[in-house]
Amino acid sequence: MKKHFGLFSQYAIGVLFGWGLIISGMSNPQKILGFLDLAGNWDPSLMFVMLGAILVGLAGFYVVSKRTEAFFGGALHIPTRRDITKPLLIGSLIFGAGWGIAGFCPGPALVALGAGHLKAIVFVAAMLVGMEICERFFTGHRNKPSI
Amino acid sequence: MQIDWFSFTPVPSLLGGMILGVAAALYVLLHGRILGISGIVAGLLHPKLTDTAWRLSLVLGLICAPFLAALFFGIFPIIEIDSSWLAIVIAGLLVGFGAQYGSGCTSGHGICGLSRLSPRSLVATLAFMGAGFVMVFLIRHLISS
Repeated sequence: MKKHFGLFSQYAIGVLFGWGLIISGMSNPQKILGFLDLAGNWDPSLMFVMLGAILVGLAGFYVVSKRTEAFFGGALHIPTRRDITKPLLIGSLIFGAGWGIAGFCPGPALVALGAGHLKAIVFVAAMLVGMEICERFFTGHRNKPSI
Repeated sequence: MQIDWFSFTPVPSLLGGMILGVAAALYVLLHGRILGISGIVAGLLHPKLTDTAWRLSLVLGLICAPFLAALFFGIFPIIEIDSSWLAIVIAGLLVGFGAQYGSGCTSGHGICGLSRLSPRSLVATLAFMGAGFVMVFLIRHLISS
């Protein structure tokens, strides 16, 4: 019973996150590109998205820092690494380059896929291939990456 | 630089951002994990018996979000994809590879990482935003003109 409730909670949080992306406008690649276009007609909306998310997130992670286990039981899986590594930097630069090409990152792409956009389906398929290439040829030897 | 006042949506963006923060906070409180979409999706590529169900549940929630937003609130998301098919494929490959190699994406590093004041996530966020700025400048102002 508890297990099923946990799965429902995962689903509900996925829906909530998707709604956040839709309401904030971030599910629209053109709005992302509008933010990234500093030299053109700049749309600062994404700054406000980050501001809202981090204000709430700070409170949430502060509460979690006082706890030792998750509400549904089990240990907290919170990354502890603090070292700035080459893969972190290079991976993020590559991610940003791809983000700047189409205006899609993983969450919004899945929302657009759910809205039935063919190009989002192709994007997600290519994204999975990219992840698999990394896993197979670059990071497969190391333990699960942590944020 | 000039501000695009026509497209600028401070109130919905702030509100939507707060919803993203609530989802990320609930996720770590209830499930004890970072709400990082790329990591959750990547874990499906090499499924383990114990974690496939919850990963799929979350991804399914994201996919159902537009339908449920229309059903409950009559909100239909605006999604304009102007990129060519080739650009979509290249972007997808780079985003997937980069998120995996850099241990996170806009949600894991950008929202969760900054919210927990992680130095790694701050570096990652600055790097991907910087690369995004450069890429859009190259495409819109150098190549297209």
